[in-house]
Amino acid sequence: MQTFNFDPVELPPAAATLRQEVREFLIEHNAQRSPLARAQSWSGSDPDFSRKMGERGWIGMVWPKKYGGQERTSFERYVLLEEMLVAGAPVGAHWVADRQSGPLLINFGTEAQRQKYLPPVTRGEMFYCIGMSEPDSGSDLASVRTKATKVDGGYLINGRKIWTSGAHTAHTMIALFRTRTNENNRHDGLSQFILDLREPDGTDLKEKNGIFVRPITSMLGEHHFNEVTFEDAFVPDTQLVGSEHNGWSQVMAELAFERSGPERYLSSIQLLLEMIKSLSDNPTAQGHTAIGRLVAHLITLRQMSVSVAGKLNAGEDPALEGSIVKDLGAVFEQEIPTIAQQTFGVEPTLGDGSDLEQVMGFLVQNSVSYSLRGGTREILRGIIARGLGLR
Amino acid sequence: MSEIRTMLAETVNRLLADIVTAEMLTKAEQGDWPEALWRAVEDNGLTMPLVSEKNGGVGCDWLDAMVVLHGAGRYSAPIPLAETILASWLLDRADLQPPMGPMSFASGAENAELQFKAVGTNWQISGTAERVPWGSTVEHLVVLAPMAGELRVGLVKKGCFEVTSSQNMAKEPRDTLVFNNAPVELVGVATGLPDDSGRLFGALLRAIQIGGALERSLHESVLYVNDRTQFGKPIGKFQAVQQNLAQLADEVAAVGAAGTAACAVIDMALKGQAEVDMVFRIAAAKARASEAAGKAASIAHQAHGAFGFTYEHILHFSTRRLWSWRAEYGTGDFWAEKLGQQVVDIGADNLWLHMTATD
Ligand SMILES: Cc1cc2nc3c(=O)[nH]c(=O)nc-3n(C[C@H](O)[C@H](O)[C@H](O)COP(=O)(O)OP(=O)(O)OC[C@H]3O[C@@H](n4cnc5c(N)ncnc54)[C@H](O)[C@@H]3O)c2cc1C
Repeated sequence: MQTFNFDPVELPPAAATLRQEVREFLIEHNAQRSPLARAQSWSGSDPDFSRKMGERGWIGMVWPKKYGGQERTSFERYVLLEEMLVAGAPVGAHWVADRQSGPLLINFGTEAQRQKYLPPVTRGEMFYCIGMSEPDSGSDLASVRTKATKVDGGYLINGRKIWTSGAHTAHTMIALFRTRTNENNRHDGLSQFILDLREPDGTDLKEKNGIFVRPITSMLGEHHFNEVTFEDAFVPDTQLVGSEHNGWSQVMAELAFERSGPERYLSSIQLLLEMIKSLSDNPTAQGHTAIGRLVAHLITLRQMSVSVAGKLNAGEDPALEGSIVKDLGAVFEQEIPTIAQQTFGVEPTLGDGSDLEQVMGFLVQNSVSYSLRGGTREILRGIIARGLGLR
Repeated sequence: MSEIRTMLAETVNRLLADIVTAEMLTKAEQGDWPEALWRAVEDNGLTMPLVSEKNGGVGCDWLDAMVVLHGAGRYSAPIPLAETILASWLLDRADLQPPMGPMSFASGAENAELQFKAVGTNWQISGTAERVPWGSTVEHLVVLAPMAGELRVGLVKKGCFEVTSSQNMAKEPRDTLVFNNAPVELVGVATGLPDDSGRLFGALLRAIQIGGALERSLHESVLYVNDRTQFGKPIGKFQAVQQNLAQLADEVAAVGAAGTAACAVIDMALKGQAEVDMVFRIAAAKARASEAAGKAASIAHQAHGAFGFTYEHILHFSTRRLWSWRAEYGTGDFWAEKLGQQVVDIGADNLWLHMTATD
């Protein structure tokens, strides 16, 4: 018997129809973006683009209609995502809400929370960020120390989150805090909260609420993630998500969404496409071999990724298969810039140069983060080893 | 999984796990023909899964047959099971009824001078075919050669050609066959298949078998590292070992998926979806599998230490096949270049369209 099953999945006809609609939408709304801008992939964000997707019903499209969703199948959502990623569309603003925060609220949130926090997401008007990591808690997430202390009517938050992508622009944060200490069980006593960072109209609420955001500049010189400090930040009881102290199992369910999507192997696709364009102009046997090898990986990863989507759709838990796709996917995403450089003998550049050179310049640097974000390579391989029965 | 697929998987795994032992493999390497093994697979209907019912087969599709090919790779079955499955299917495609007994195939696209000739109402074949798997052993050989815009398929009986024996690294027969106006027993034209089908489908067989041998290498490695103790604990408890085996598991999973993707597309193509691109997926599967073979074999050996370097340990039966199979019917680079050329022809703007056309 095969250890892992990546069974072929037949996508429903509705998915093919949607794929066509998305392609037409992208011709209208994404054709003018430069290859370098496209290379930002799902980190690239454009609130206007998100609103246009919202108008089409393409954010939270699998959610219940009463929360603004369309009740479409997860296969349709999958097709939408891969088309957006391959086109390098600026989907970053709504990405985490669509992927994990919305499903979290649907699974664990109160009715009032769903009513308030889901419909604006589907309109492309409310963006989320994720406050999990802390300065002393990276891979070892259960060690988070930022405290939510029970007070009358709510909680007082003290501590610090870090690497929080988009905290400076987001309206909302889903954060993991410690609500009690249990010496015998680190996983006990964690709780998730939904925090208001901005009014729907964009008015900043953070400092007023005791939340302070400091930009952290990435090595590319970009402002993408942040440090977020909480100083006696008051959060009303209504903002607790799910059950108090039970945040760990909720977060684990959330991570399954975070790790299993097509964004985990497609982040460097723009460079692959630029390589193909360059090779059409100037064909070499070495170039063909390099591209063919990468496309063999691409075809394989897509087969695996679609199959994981099939398992999710069938209500199975593909945590192991998802980890395999993310591990191989990040290797693939990181190989592309290296191979591009070997194959074309051009220097990666920043700011000027050909599309190939610029996209390479961006991805040589940015891709180092692809095996860190969302669970590091070593952590994923640990999950796979556990699946093999070694741990 | 379809019912028939589950049944085939159970049958092949049960039979081969019982019969194919290290002793049998050792004897086979010394030239013994494992008749009992052949009888078992033939009697259980594993040799002709792809042949239509009207020609005496089971009428399965490639996704079903894949589990048998995978099993043949997994257990290092020292018989031409994969070759017979393909040879019988090629006959069936030409609407010829396959004979019983072990078969292999030789193809005129790589062995350019292999040619059919009509002599009155009979047909003859002439030319040389190199490195034909099990060419010295099989009862019948299926010969393919493009002729007048068609892919001609003929059946030649053992003894009608000269054999010079050779072997691959795994001591599987890879023989040179010389045909000198050899009589062709049955002849026909295979429809819907490209001229280089011998190499193309040969590559697919090997890609799937590699997936099986990888799976076995992983299985043996997990057993070994859980059993072998050093520094007071099973070596599988060391994180460095775990991280290596996780990468081996990645490769196993990827090669399985690549083979599945190829088989799924062939099944669509054969159901008449002409736009479906078999070559694209088979090239990808063989390129991916050949790459995985080397990487995975070295991880498996590393985990096994010196024990895995002995003839006594069973691991080498899988890894020597991996190193052989990755080169047979085109190396990874051969197929990567072919695929790359095709990708450049398709163009960056249409690549994704092409990839999603078969959903
Ligand atoms: C671009 C980017 C965006 C991010 N966005 C967010 C966000 O929006 N919200 C958020 O909460 N977090 C975010 N993160 C943080 C991310 O989740 C962490 O980087 C990740 O969990 C790893 O934590 P760390 O960086 O502290 O590394 P560490 O955990 O300190 O790891 C450093 C190295 O040690 C290895 N290591 C650690 N533990 C083990 C172990 N047990 N066994 C073997 N090796 C080990 C790791 O694999 C890694 O190689 C982001 C990170 C990046 C790079």
